[in-house]
Amino acid sequence: MLELINIDVELEGDNGWDKVLNDINLSLERNKIYVMTGPNGGGKSSIAKTIMGIHKPSRGKILIDGIDITDMSISERARRGIGYAFQTPARFKGLKVKDLLNLAAGEREIDHCEILYNVGLCAQDYLDREINSTFSGGELKRIEIASLLARQIKVALFDEPEAGIDLWSFQRLTETFINLHQKSDTTLVIISHQERILRLADVVIMVENGRISEITNKDKILEEISQLDTGCEHRDNCGKGVMEYADCIR
Amino acid sequence: MLTALDKKLLVEVADIHDIPQGAYNIRKNGEGIIRNNSANIEIISKKDKPGIDILIKPGTKNESVHIPVIISEEGLNDIVYNTFKIGTNSDVLIVAGCGIHNGGSEKTQHDGVHEFFVGKGAHMRYIEKHYGEGKGDGERVLNPKTIIHVEEDGVVELEMDQIKGVDYTIRDTYIKLYRNARLIVNEKLLTYLDQSAESKIVVELLGEDASAQIISRSVAKDDSKQVFYLSLKGHSKCRGHIQCDSIIMDRAKVSAIPEIVAHHSGAQLIHEAAIGKIASDQITKLMTLGLSGEEAEETILQGFLG
Ligand SMILES: Nc1ncnc2c1ncn2[C@@H]1O[C@H](COP(=O)(O)OP(=O)(O)OP(=O)(O)O)[C@@H](O)[C@H]1O
Ligand SMILES: [Mg+2]
Repeated sequence: MLELINIDVELEGDNGWDKVLNDINLSLERNKIYVMTGPNGGGKSSIAKTIMGIHKPSRGKILIDGIDITDMSISERARRGIGYAFQTPARFKGLKVKDLLNLAAGEREIDHCEILYNVGLCAQDYLDREINSTFSGGELKRIEIASLLARQIKVALFDEPEAGIDLWSFQRLTETFINLHQKSDTTLVIISHQERILRLADVVIMVENGRISEITNKDKILEEISQLDTGCEHRDNCGKGVMEYADCIR
Repeated sequence: MLTALDKKLLVEVADIHDIPQGAYNIRKNGEGIIRNNSANIEIISKKDKPGIDILIKPGTKNESVHIPVIISEEGLNDIVYNTFKIGTNSDVLIVAGCGIHNGGSEKTQHDGVHEFFVGKGAHMRYIEKHYGEGKGDGERVLNPKTIIHVEEDGVVELEMDQIKGVDYTIRDTYIKLYRNARLIVNEKLLTYLDQSAESKIVVELLGEDASAQIISRSVAKDDSKQVFYLSLKGHSKCRGHIQCDSIIMDRAKVSAIPEIVAHHSGAQLIHEAAIGKIASDQITKLMTLGLSGEEAEETILQGFLG
């Protein structure tokens, strides 16, 4: 079990220090799927990065199976089975897909083809490719997800894994998550805005304004989504055509 | 004739684990010690100065020439002039390179002057590795000068590596490309401690449809210094691209001095140069896979210098 207790995180931005997380409390159990959602800038990635050790909390504690990991480095947490697939993955001049997967796997033997297949990529085309600027956004995202699948992991954090992934592969991706869930007792945390990902959730965590605003189940959220007002009621009265400025009539 | 130390140097500079296949000439401490010709490749000692002529018959395909230089004596100042005649329509691999083991306190230096005449339609891949070792504080200096003439439709691939142990180097490369000749250069350089390296590559694109691509990647650590002077000169309808990419660390200094010159309105020349430290998102990513900070850094540098 992974526990976040009274976590505050402050980050230095352009206008000085900014409190991006405020009193976060979470208990994440093994063998469950958590989907974290909420408005842009709400703090979802920040929570994931704090679990991974990329952000250091200014207050609070993080425990994994009862062991305090608050002061542990990123590398130590990784060795204890925490993994994070970045929202915006890094590119590497000179590092091949094969190299990255091997680094992720460590001592473990892995089936590269199977892993790439699970993110919808053909091993023959990709294994020897450098993860450099020639990769498309969607390809890069898939490699990032693959780098978590190559590991033996206790807590897997996927940050908007579906972003940039085409519709055809989306199905494969959701199957991959279901598979991972069925074959291991990994705690899966998926940050997502997608209804189809929300449907996988055992628990939905709403993050807003640096706080957890609600911990709920998918039925409630899906119900809310279906009733959402999708636009602005004054849209028809908005100005049209070429304008020097925009003025809202509300 | 070859000691264990010599063999180690040969592995480093020419990837030679045993006596190589094909033609070869191994030079040790200023003298040629072993040589082999093949049916199509002849190696002859120069009469007027130290060095050899390497003559490759037209149409020679898939053959290689190894001409490594190893130096294990301190205080040696070795100068050598090698001339290569690559026959028309041949396709060959030439592996040069110099390994210095300097266990003493005196400077050891090797200056190789290589001139290549690459015939019409010929394809040459040239690999040159520089390597130094030895516990002594004597400097290890390598100043190669390379001149290449590439005739019509010729293709030249150059791989120039200096990864370890050379204290001081000035590398001077001058290439002339005639009609439809093509050049690809891959340069890799790593310097550390207070090493200093300068690389000058000047390419004259003389003939119509000549093309050149230069990719230079380097890592400068500690207090080392690097200077890149990369120049493309277009004299006709031609294409050229320089990519010069350096990772800088510690207190190192790197200058990248680009030059592109067009003497013809059909010349299309691009220069890209970037110097920066290792991207922190790369280090973070590798740490999330369980590598330590140092391991991550090492992995990134190794990948970068491939
Ligand atoms: N390094 C940083 N320094 C300062 N502020 C930051 C930093 N990183 C993020 N923030 C701020 O923290 C807040 C939360 O960001 P975070 O990336 O966690 O949001 P998110 O919920 O993941 O949003 P999105 O849905 O857009 O990915 C934002 O206001 C953001 O601008
Ligand atoms: Mg985010």
